[in-house]
Amino acid sequence: MSSVNIPAPTAVAGTSNLTRVGLVALLVLAIAAPFGLYPIFLMKALCFALFASAFNLLLGYGGLLSFGHAAFFGGAAYIAAHVVKVLGWPPELGLIAGTAVAAIMGAAFGWLAIRRQGIYFAMVTLALAQMIYFVALEAKFTHGEDGIQAVPRGKLLGLLDLSDTFTMYYFVLVIFIAVFWLIYRTIHSPFGQVLKAIRENEPRAISLGYRVDHYKLLAFTLSASLAGLAGSLKALVFQLASLTDVDWRMSGQVVLMTLVGGVGTVFGPLVGAFILVTMENYLAQFGSWVTVIQGVIFVVCVLTFRKGVVGEIAEMVRRARGERPSGGGGHH
Amino acid sequence: MYVIPLLGIPPQVLFGQLLLGLINGAFYAMLSLGLAVIFGLLNIINFAHGALYMMGAFGAWLMLEYLGIGYWPALILSPIVVGAFGVLLEKAFLHRIYKLDHLYGLLLTFGMALIIEGLFRNYYGVSGQAYDAVPDLLKGGNNLGFMFLPTYRGWVVAASLIICFGTWFAIERTKLGSYLRAATENPKLVQAFGINVPRMITLTYGFGVALAAMAGVLAAPIYHVSPLMGSDIIIVVFAVVVIGGMGSIVGAVISGFGLGIIEGMTKVFYPEASNTVIFVVMAIVLLVKPAGLFGKAA
Repeated sequence: MSSVNIPAPTAVAGTSNLTRVGLVALLVLAIAAPFGLYPIFLMKALCFALFASAFNLLLGYGGLLSFGHAAFFGGAAYIAAHVVKVLGWPPELGLIAGTAVAAIMGAAFGWLAIRRQGIYFAMVTLALAQMIYFVALEAKFTHGEDGIQAVPRGKLLGLLDLSDTFTMYYFVLVIFIAVFWLIYRTIHSPFGQVLKAIRENEPRAISLGYRVDHYKLLAFTLSASLAGLAGSLKALVFQLASLTDVDWRMSGQVVLMTLVGGVGTVFGPLVGAFILVTMENYLAQFGSWVTVIQGVIFVVCVLTFRKGVVGEIAEMVRRARGERPSGGGGHH
Repeated sequence: MYVIPLLGIPPQVLFGQLLLGLINGAFYAMLSLGLAVIFGLLNIINFAHGALYMMGAFGAWLMLEYLGIGYWPALILSPIVVGAFGVLLEKAFLHRIYKLDHLYGLLLTFGMALIIEGLFRNYYGVSGQAYDAVPDLLKGGNNLGFMFLPTYRGWVVAASLIICFGTWFAIERTKLGSYLRAATENPKLVQAFGINVPRMITLTYGFGVALAAMAGVLAAPIYHVSPLMGSDIIIVVFAVVVIGGMGSIVGAVISGFGLGIIEGMTKVFYPEASNTVIFVVMAIVLLVKPAGLFGKAA
């Protein structure tokens, strides 16, 4: 399958000293941020950054465009909210339950979807996610239009009271960093390399003896699980799981975040999530103009800005260093 | 009236749902047909198809509301206007991305769908408008003995069949259609024979869009004319396309009607599943025949 044109990730996420300094600065910034910025806003951005990073693992490194990731995000949010609120489970078990259900759904959907490629794959995932939307609409435990409201955040491991906003923020931050590291390791593992090989040239990967479907399915399941973790976390942060989380627009939103930040870059989804969540914050008063503006951004990105913010910066850095520009999907 | 119980279900209910299923199927068929025609030449899955279908319905409603134009003229005018809009979209945006991966086409048209839907939502809200301009000829209905058939609903099914047949005939049996099929197979070669392929691509997109808009006008008196009507239906149509495959026009039409009927029957026997049954069928087809019922391997 010909793939999305993706700049090489190593230019940004390499192990140069510059990158290390940048990472430390970013970490300091993240720890200090809630003293300057509204913590709920930051947590929302981190949840979406997690969601987008999970999605990017599939699109950016596996070359698979899922248009149904809202099913995992929203489905897990419902499960986490339900077990925490109705069954009285502690928050850590809520997160695990949500993630586990997302993993099972991911394995099942992936198993079906990888039978088709390219745009058909996207359509299949979209349709399967819509099925979950209708289930959420009609099931009893999701409470239809109301959603599951007033989800208690509870005490983490019985010790830390998450109803404190700052405690909650640092809990979200720790999970984010852990998962971000996991994704980074996955991308740079032999598994990640094979995934990229499949993205670049599937027939060749097959002829080299790789069982392509296994890799795709594993990538899909992992991506779905982490999207589920993001959704479960979001349910705790906002104490709410609702139909918005499983709507197809949510699937579109995570595609947009990844596209804006830079498909196939390690930091792209993070940047894209912050940009879009910020934008949504400021534009909330304009109602459905938000949808129009998101549509415009989609169109502009596809027509002129396909590498995204991080991708373009990486390209500039590469040019400044006098390296060859990465044309036509130039990968290392 | 004499009632024959069938599996414990009164025939009026059964045939009533069958008719509703046929009508839904008529829209699935027209929309998936347009998607297939566009995909054949442009290699783009037109995510904006639902939004353009909605524009067709709104076109008829606006023409009635502000210009006093009735149903019959709107049935022709609205598709022409929306089709021309489609031509503009192709000229302005789509033609820039033909050399890119097909996924970008999906993303671009998704963005277009968000813009169109968002704009209409800004001006008309989400509740929808009633379109009440059905001509006298199509009003009322007939009692067929086993069920009551509202004339308009019968007309929608008939019109859909005529449109589908017309499209099939134009593509499979006319000279212009043969160019289209040839360009689908090998655009470079057709271009070398002196046929203006880029213009043909533009017009094909316009035609596919006009088909969606005409379906929208037909839908206007049945459903509420609402900004969300397009996104509600387009995802189901995607599932129909995955089930039928986009290899053939006949396949698109048969799977459209077939799935509409299956959906209608599910409403009778197991209403809870009526929203999801098409997706379940899709999953089964993917397991049994991954390329789709009528599809070539994708």
